[in-house]
Amino acid sequence: MNATVRLYINDVPVDVSAESSVAAAVLQVVPHCRRSLGGQPRAPLCGMGVCFECRVKIDGEAHVRACMTPVRQGMRVRTDV
Amino acid sequence: MSAWDLIVVGAGIVGAACAEAAARAGLRVAIIEPGPIGGAATAASMGHLVALDGNPAELALACYSLQLWDGLVDVAQIEFNRCGTLWVARNAKECALIPLRIRQLAAAGVHAEQVDAQALYRLEPELAPRLAGGMHVPSDAVVYPPAAARELVRRAQHHGAQLFAGSRVDGLLEGGVQLDSGERLDGPVLVATGTTLQQLLPELPLCGRKGHLLITERYPGLLHHQILEIGYTDSAHGTSGSSVAFNAQPRPSGHVLLGSSREFDVTDSAVSPDILQRMLERALEFVPALGGLRALRTWTGQRPTTPDGLPYLGAVPGRSNTWVAAGHEGLGVTTALGSAAVMLDLIRGRRPAIDPRPYAPSRMAS
Repeated sequence: MNATVRLYINDVPVDVSAESSVAAAVLQVVPHCRRSLGGQPRAPLCGMGVCFECRVKIDGEAHVRACMTPVRQGMRVRTDV
Repeated sequence: MSAWDLIVVGAGIVGAACAEAAARAGLRVAIIEPGPIGGAATAASMGHLVALDGNPAELALACYSLQLWDGLVDVAQIEFNRCGTLWVARNAKECALIPLRIRQLAAAGVHAEQVDAQALYRLEPELAPRLAGGMHVPSDAVVYPPAAARELVRRAQHHGAQLFAGSRVDGLLEGGVQLDSGERLDGPVLVATGTTLQQLLPELPLCGRKGHLLITERYPGLLHHQILEIGYTDSAHGTSGSSVAFNAQPRPSGHVLLGSSREFDVTDSAVSPDILQRMLERALEFVPALGGLRALRTWTGQRPTTPDGLPYLGAVPGRSNTWVAAGHEGLGVTTALGSAAVMLDLIRGRRPAIDPRPYAPSRMAS
């Protein structure tokens, strides 16, 4: 059985496999990662770091690609930034 | 008989403004633009509407033009944002320059106030520690220049102007222009082709002055004003081979636009890592938090620059019915509308609202 880690998506605690990406963890809580300039929701499209639609704020750093970032214990993630 | 009252060559911000002013005044206007509207220096620029006070003639034109920009405040697509300018002084010596600048601006009708260090950090908390103070010019603004050029062309067309999109002027003829299609247009000609001015008017000295810009991802609320270092004016008016000066602009979208650099005699459009590094190191001296942002894009542009830094506005010496509005260096967006108003008055034989003599192209013919 895989080890799990706990992280926080918009302050909601989520337990996921330690091998998950942040994008996978985010999608357990909210169906999108960021908002376009016009306010539309945006979610991971390519899942491989190219489309930049999965950007979130991680531990205070804005515009991090969730699909390219492995989860870590205690990580705090914010969507819609 | 002339088919046109005015043939405007070039639809950058200056040509677009001239065409709009002329068409609005009832002239039959043709606009010739081979590329996208506002696609060269206009698109590369920051779009700062700034009362730049290094030279009295430049300041007069800027202030006259800024009043005219007030008429476009409510046009959504040009993204007019009256964020004001905060000029930042690093030390007592730079602070000591401010009272004179405030008096010069006041004489030109622009309100500016000196701010001490405490007020400086209240206005912009992310500024680096130990800065000395600054000058706040609340009426300065920013716009999105290519959208402004498009809006001006649209307005010109609304007043009956005809846009020859995709057409190039191959040469000036006696009483008109020759298009690359072979077609000839007859009428007085106004050349507003920016950095390519010498292709049509080789007698007017003008060269490109390369600049670099960088835009970041969106960080809404990080900065609130267009921020410039007090020494920016020296960089803009200096004649050294290359210089950088700190200039940061919060776009309404949250993107942060960073400048600036100035280089003579560099004609390629490549981003120079050395210049970019110097420019960014300069920016970090004033706003260290910029170091944590993600860059989205960098690019370069060429400022159309005359030997004395002032634009050419007026009749071209030695040619009949030929006018020029070009050479605005880094201030073409600010001064476009004022330049257009001056040009229209000169063309119609009226007295412009400001003294046009400092911009007369004939100053280079002597």
